[in-house]
Amino acid sequence: MTIPTSSIEQVIPGQGSMAQPESVRPGKAKRQRFLFLRNGKAATGLVILGVYVVLAIIGPWITPYDPSARGNDLVQPPSADHWFGTTHLGQDVFSQVLEGTQSVMFVGFLAGTIATVLSVLIGVTAGYLGGKADDTLSALSNVFLVIPAVPLMIIITSILENASDTLIALIIGLTSWSWNARVLRAQTLSLRRRDYVEAARATGEKTWRIVIFELLPNLTAVIASGFVGTVIFAVLSEITLAFIGITSNSGWNWGTILFWAQGQQALGQGAWWWFVPAGLAIAFLGTALSLINFGIDEFVSPRLRSAGKTKLKTASGGTVRMRIGFTPVLSNSAEPHTHARPLPREAVK
Amino acid sequence: MEPVLEIRNLNVDYGLGDKAVHAVRDVNLTLHRGEVLGLAGESGSGKSTLAYGLTRLLAPPGVITGGEVVYHPERSPAYDVLRLTDNELRAFRWAETAIVFQGAMNSLNPVHKISTQLTDVLRAHEPKMSEHSRNARAREMLKVVGISPDRMEAYPHQLSGGMRQRVMIGMALILQPQVVIMDEPTTALDVVMQRQILGQLIELRERLGFSVIFITHDLSLLVEFSNRIAIMYGGRIVEEAPASTIYRDALHPYSKGLLGSFPALRGPRRELAGIPGSPPDLAGMPSGCSFHPRCPKAFDPCSANIPVLGRPGTPDGSVRSVACWLHPVPAGEE
Repeated sequence: MTIPTSSIEQVIPGQGSMAQPESVRPGKAKRQRFLFLRNGKAATGLVILGVYVVLAIIGPWITPYDPSARGNDLVQPPSADHWFGTTHLGQDVFSQVLEGTQSVMFVGFLAGTIATVLSVLIGVTAGYLGGKADDTLSALSNVFLVIPAVPLMIIITSILENASDTLIALIIGLTSWSWNARVLRAQTLSLRRRDYVEAARATGEKTWRIVIFELLPNLTAVIASGFVGTVIFAVLSEITLAFIGITSNSGWNWGTILFWAQGQQALGQGAWWWFVPAGLAIAFLGTALSLINFGIDEFVSPRLRSAGKTKLKTASGGTVRMRIGFTPVLSNSAEPHTHARPLPREAVK
Repeated sequence: MEPVLEIRNLNVDYGLGDKAVHAVRDVNLTLHRGEVLGLAGESGSGKSTLAYGLTRLLAPPGVITGGEVVYHPERSPAYDVLRLTDNELRAFRWAETAIVFQGAMNSLNPVHKISTQLTDVLRAHEPKMSEHSRNARAREMLKVVGISPDRMEAYPHQLSGGMRQRVMIGMALILQPQVVIMDEPTTALDVVMQRQILGQLIELRERLGFSVIFITHDLSLLVEFSNRIAIMYGGRIVEEAPASTIYRDALHPYSKGLLGSFPALRGPRRELAGIPGSPPDLAGMPSGCSFHPRCPKAFDPCSANIPVLGRPGTPDGSVRSVACWLHPVPAGEE
């Protein structure tokens, strides 16, 4: 069996092994940065969320009407003048939805951030330190776990007249961190016994460094999903509070719209345009956040990441489908051997 | 001897295009019916890649860039495994070629009983089989590998390491495949258990008549148990010969190095020598013979040209081949 030596030498240049990674690096770094966006789910979620953020910022300026201003067209279905129709007072529903975006997004993200920071601080600390600190912090999160969040919010907001969005976000954030803290504590307990954490401890790394460089990267997916979950929860809580009329109805959010729609029997009147836009807005926001969550999951876990890229380009321009369990065979130039195939087991016997 | 599996010019890469790492290059190997073929080499020499490549089990980014793997069934015409469709490949696996995986001890699912795991494959490959005969076959298989059939209802954690290993071997044999690939199946076991299991394997092979490709880095084990040994280095086969021939008279300096690194039980005392250096980086292979930077006998042609695997001009005419410039292939011979 002879092998054409020259062609093999072309494939393997006589350079040292160090030369190759050097030349590959610039392209690789660039691709790594946009890897997250190459994930279809994450990109879709981010685009939808981006639209919401933009609307939250510029919404109040681009509303075609003052959302509270009364008009003469009462309970009108959608038209060119009023895209989402009007309410029983002739208010423009489209303007109300736009105006309401800001409050919803603000409360959702502020509460999500507060809850995530608290859950990471308490959960990871409890899990990593163990002992008395763990007992105390676990007891604390257990207490918060059994506090019914929505009734508590109802009580607090009804005591405080005209609770602002910030206050509502604070209350939601401060009451909804405990589930994530528990999850993070459990995960940290498992991670801190892994060999690489033990090794880091044995080499004398400082606790903060172990937590930030060894533990947190492994917790990214849990933290991110906790954040997204809390944002959805906070949005729904704020809308619930507004819907049942607890928070002040001077400002607009999607819950306020639903409050008025409910109060004026929009469904009974057949005025679907009154509550459908706000409901869809909530649903799309939830969808976007969930998609981002899936994207983060795939991005953070190297195994899911490589599984996502199934089609690759070969040097000759063809595509190869990578699948686990069926290694692709490239360009078999040898002439077909035979067309014989494995026989069914019964036939052989 | 009749071949059962012929590997022709198999090339396996990791990755595509310029960045591809050539993990297995131009491997030609024939497994004969009923023989134990040992595949030895250091870590990273391509042994496992070869085994998973020829069964198309490599995970991405592994790709097969060329070659043929011709399988000869007992009673029907031969075919190329690399050309099978997905469903044909599914039918081929396990029924014709089974694998006992590396770290097989941990390959059993801890939450299912042994019986469930043994009969699962029967359910998939022979759906017409009755529940009763499935269980009967599983019991028989356990008996064959030396485990009392009353352990059928045991969970993996209730078995010792050696027993789990035997269950894995029994599972691989349950469809009576012609070829069994064993990828370091005894690495995690102590030497007594290794010997016991391998002895049993040889016995089973004589009884059931399958062929074995045995992958290990433990050459001493192969010398004892295999008929032929192929030594891999840097993704290529550098020497292939009957086990006793390799043991007594290895031609390739790398094979000699491997053989020189473990003590003999009998015979005069000798100094044990390792192989200096470390295995080559597959991404940046040295030119010429990939072993030449570590080879104690390297001379001029070694760094320039890749030696061809072929039959050296030995006087006794034994069936062996080597890829080394010290033993050039006579002109005209392949």
